[in-house]
Parts: sequence; C-alpha cells; structure tokens
Amino acid sequence: MSYQTVTDESEQIAASGLTPEQLLQALRQMHLIRAFEEKAEALYALGKIHGTMHLSIGQEASAVGACLALRPDDTILSTHRGHGHCIAKGAEPPLMMAEFFGKEVGYCRGRGGSMHIADVAGGNLGANGIVAGGLPISTGVGLSLQMQRTDRVCLTFFGDGAANEGAFHESLNLAAIWRLPVVYVCENNQYAMSMPVTAAFPIRQISERAAAYGIPGVTVDGNDLLAVYGAVETAVSRARAGEGPSLIEAVTYRWRGHSKSDRQRYRTRDEVKEWQARDPITRLENLLVAADLFTAEKLADLGAAARQTIEDSVAFAEAQADPDPATILEGVYA
Amino acid sequence: MPDLMQAELKTQTHAAEAVREMTYAHAIREALQLAMRRDERVFMLGEDIGVYGGAFGVTDGLIEEFGAERVRDTPISEAVIAGAAIGAAVTGMRPVAEIQFMDFITLSMEQLVLQGAKMRFMFGGKASVPLVLRTPAGSGTGAAAQHSESLEAWFVHVPGLKVVMPATPYDAKGLLLAAIEDDNPVIFVEHKLLYRTKGHVPEGYYIVPLSQSEVKREGRDVTVVATSIMVPRALEAADLLAQEGIELEVVDPRTLKPYDAATVTRSVCKTGRALVVHEAPKTGGFGAEVVAEIVAGEAFDYLDAPVRRLAGLDVPIPYNRELERTAVPQVADIVREARALARGEY
Repeated sequence: MSYQTVTDESEQIAASGLTPEQLLQALRQMHLIRAFEEKAEALYALGKIHGTMHLSIGQEASAVGACLALRPDDTILSTHRGHGHCIAKGAEPPLMMAEFFGKEVGYCRGRGGSMHIADVAGGNLGANGIVAGGLPISTGVGLSLQMQRTDRVCLTFFGDGAANEGAFHESLNLAAIWRLPVVYVCENNQYAMSMPVTAAFPIRQISERAAAYGIPGVTVDGNDLLAVYGAVETAVSRARAGEGPSLIEAVTYRWRGHSKSDRQRYRTRDEVKEWQARDPITRLENLLVAADLFTAEKLADLGAAARQTIEDSVAFAEAQADPDPATILEGVYA
Repeated sequence: MPDLMQAELKTQTHAAEAVREMTYAHAIREALQLAMRRDERVFMLGEDIGVYGGAFGVTDGLIEEFGAERVRDTPISEAVIAGAAIGAAVTGMRPVAEIQFMDFITLSMEQLVLQGAKMRFMFGGKASVPLVLRTPAGSGTGAAAQHSESLEAWFVHVPGLKVVMPATPYDAKGLLLAAIEDDNPVIFVEHKLLYRTKGHVPEGYYIVPLSQSEVKREGRDVTVVATSIMVPRALEAADLLAQEGIELEVVDPRTLKPYDAATVTRSVCKTGRALVVHEAPKTGGFGAEVVAEIVAGEAFDYLDAPVRRLAGLDVPIPYNRELERTAVPQVADIVREARALARGEY
C-alpha cells in the first residue's frame, strides 16, 4: 500500500481540474512568452525590428491561465500588449516573429506588426493599438456567436486603462442586457502608461464595476496561473451555458516600461523588484515541484527549450521575403 | 412587326411599373426586408429601430416580421453599436447598423475608422467586415447644428470604407441591397428630406451596383454633379433653365467611395462646363475631389469655363428657418450658378 503526502499544492491542483500535462504545457507557454518578449526587446535594441512594442514580461500567467480555459474554436481579442495572448491562444512563434520582421509570411503579411498582430484562423482577432478598442468588437463577436446558436465564447483582454474608456461601459452594458457569451479579462498591471490605478480609480478593485452591469465580477491574483484559470473557467462555463458575460480582474505587473520610449519616472526600482520576486513562472514551477508532479530537474530545461524555439523563429523570420511593394493596396477592400 | 410588338410590350411594362411608386423611406425598408428574407445572416441593430420603427419610420413594421433578435433595439451607445456590428461582421454575420442621426456617428468614429475600416488590411487580408451602417444626414428639418450634419467627406477619406449616398427611391433600394451584399464596411448616407419623396421602385430584389455614377438627365450645356438632396434640386433647376434654353446634364455619383469619375469626365467632355453641388460645407468637401478628378484628366482640354463648386457654407447649421436655408444650396442657387456658367460669366 503506497502512501502519498497530501500537500496544499496538490489539493490546489486537484481542485483546478487541470492535468499534469496541461500544467506542463502552460508552463512551456509561459516560458515561450518570456523568451519571445526578451528576444523582441533584444532585436529592437539591435535595430533589427522597428516601430514600437509593448512587452508583457511578468504578465505571463494571466495570458496563459485565461486561454487555458478556452477551446481552440473560441475567439480572443487582445491589446497593444498582446504577444503573450497570441502565443497563449496557440499562434506559431515563427509566423509571429515573421510578422515582427514585417515579412510577407507573417500572420498579417507584414502589414500589422506588433500592435496589430492577429491569428484569425487560430481565433485571435488581433492585438489593438487603441485602448479599449477591442471591447466593442468583442461584444459584437459575442452577439454573433449567440445568434449563430453556438456554444463558443469570446474572451477579450484589456488593461486597467481601458476600464476608464467609455467603450468599456457601452460594451459591458450591452453584453449584460443581451446575455452575450463574452468574458472580459482586465489585466490590471498597475499603470495606464504612467497613470497609477490608485490615482485613476476611486474604487479598490476594478471588478467592482461588474455590479453596475449586474454581472459577476471577481479579482484574482494575476500572477497565479491557477487563480486566473479558475476564475476564467467559471466565467467561460457560464458564458457557454448562455448565462451571459463576466468581468475578471487579473492583478499583475509589467516588469518593463509601457513601451520603448518609457523612462519609468513614475515608479521606483524597489517596486519593480518587489513584483519581480512574484514572478509567475517561478511561482508555477515551485507549485508543480511542491505538488510532486514534476522534479525541478525536469522543469529546469523548459526555459532553454523556449529560448531555442525563439532563436529558431528568428532564423526563420530573417530568411523570409519582404512583401512586394506592388501588393501594397491588397487587403484594403475585399 | 416584332419590333412593334416589343415596343408595345415595353410600354405596357412601363405602365405597370409606373404604378408602383413609393417613398425613399419605404424603398429602404423594402430593401432591408428583402435582404433579411434572403439571407439569415443579415440583421439590424440601432436605437429605436424596433417597436418605435426608427426615428424617421424607416424600419417600421420590420420587428413584426423578423422579431426582436434580428431587429435589435440597442441602448444609446453609438460606439458599441458600431463595434458590435464590426465584431459580428468579422465572425460571419452581415449586420446593418443604424446611427439615428449622422451627427451621432462622431460617437462611433473610433470603431469605424480605427477598427472596422482597417481590420482587413491590418490582418493581411485575412478577415472581412461586411457591414452596412445606415444613417440620415442633412439639414432642412429645423433641428439645428447637432442634428443636421453632412459628414460624408470624413468617411471618403478613410481607406477601407465605402460611402454610398442615394438620391432616389429606386437607387436607395438597389444600392442598399448592393451594400448589404458587399464584403466591406459601407457607410450608407440617407437624407432626411428625401425620406418622403416618391419615385418608381420595381418590385423584388435588384441591385444598383456600387461605384457607378449615373446621368440623371442629359443636357448639352453644363454638367451638374450633385449628391443626395442636391440631385432633385439640380433636376428642378434643370427644368427651370430648360425654359431659358439652357440644358443641364445632371450626374449623380451615388457612390462617393470608390468613386466612378469616368462618367463625370465623359459628361464634361461633352458639355465643357461643370458645376459641383453638395450640401456639406465647401471646404474639404467631396466636391473638391470631383473637381480634382475633372481637371486632372481628359476633361481638362474640353473645359470652356472654370469648374465651379456650390456647396454648404462653412458654418454650423443654424436654427432659424431662413438662416438654415441660406447655409445650404437651394434650387435658386443652382439655377443662378448654372446660368452664369452657361452664359460664360465665369
């Protein structure tokens, strides 16, 4: 008769309903996002890619945890800080990287770039350059799914800043009165560019706003993969059952500045360090080891493997052709 | 003999069709009805379009036939009306949104201009946004500065959008059906003063293709390019000037974007004179585009006079009845301008 130690960690995992393989895959994706973002940053510094970008280092658990609750045929809408969402929804890093390099084989044929990257076939209707720009659209996607009598759902990511746009109010209200299958995931990373949430909101939690629409609202630790997954899973089930939208606030932190031009005069190094100590990747690794699902040795290689995948993606992207200028007008009209 | 029979048959058909007159508003309603019967992906959303029947009665009775799911009353939320239409369109539906007054489209601009118009292009051509946004424009109702806008030029300036502006009941029905069939976002600009105008509208489903300007009246002396409410005004002016022996050729672009300039060019090559008329303020208006197309090409060599524009004054639409009329071209203004052009006064 074997005896197994019951730890808090294994109880937590059992309660989530996630299998060890799903958790391992989630951890792989988080590493992939981290590696992608770090490489994107390095490539920018080298002048190999241009424009601007918004890195989601430190926010990997919210992207991956949320998408873990979705099916491949569900739809997401993303934000300007959308690389992680794209990977979490299942995009191919080589094609993402090709888009970054502005190549013809990239997801958007080099027309979109970082801020508009979309994987339409994979159910990602795009990053978005406009704060709250995706919210009304996601409401319409929910309407479409409802009218087509599917049990598919739409999940839309947005930041704390978006919750102060008028589009937030119009979108959540419409989704609520029509009971649309939309899950609104607010990634509260503490700053709307430089504006801290403590100054931008007169309430303690953004999820409190759900009450105004008569829908469930919950705030979770956005650096805790299981917490994000659990809340989103509940909201997704509710949406699939025709019970309408939910608002989830995932409290997290972006380790880097808002974009490439940010001098970060609005926060202290200590604050950043404090949040880096709550690294969502380390946290999931510790959980999996403590729950005896995997050994530390087994997990140790995941970061390196992710970095290799990204290196390969860069090599792929660099070898691809640029779009032909003669095709510039393609895609303006159908 | 066969020719004679054919001619007779044609006369009979015309007689039968001539009986079928209806208003511009009714023609739009009929188009919506036919489109929704034909394609279950087509649905409508907007403010007060259900039981109320629309602020101008255009959607009257549609909720009875199609139900509240396909004739969707929305809260007063113009941003999400546009956004919901975009989201539904990009995922397989064919929404027809209504913005109650064109003025209120200002509240939808981000979604229309930064999202819907660009989505296909930004995504490398891998998505399409087949939506129609209907909206009544124009002054003449005494509703003053925030309910009388003619903002079509804004949308003409946005790549990815199409802009349609019908002037007759026949065109309104056929162009709306074409717009609903089109796989792009189409801004469909109606005019409040046209809603009650009557004209011949055939029964059944027919299309007036987008991007085809039409000669509404042939004439040898002056080409008048007019949009929306200015088309009937130009035709009235043509009747008046005909009594003086001046023949106007009235051309209606019907679709402002993508614009069929060739029809206008052909007309100007014939007349040698052009007057462009629209209600929207002159500066930066669509008329500038029409003039530019005339002078940039073949027609330039045929011009016998400067190309003139007659448009709204650069002023918000005033409340006072006389001031309101003064702000936009009237029949008498078109008569005066066209006469001066024809007489070589410019």
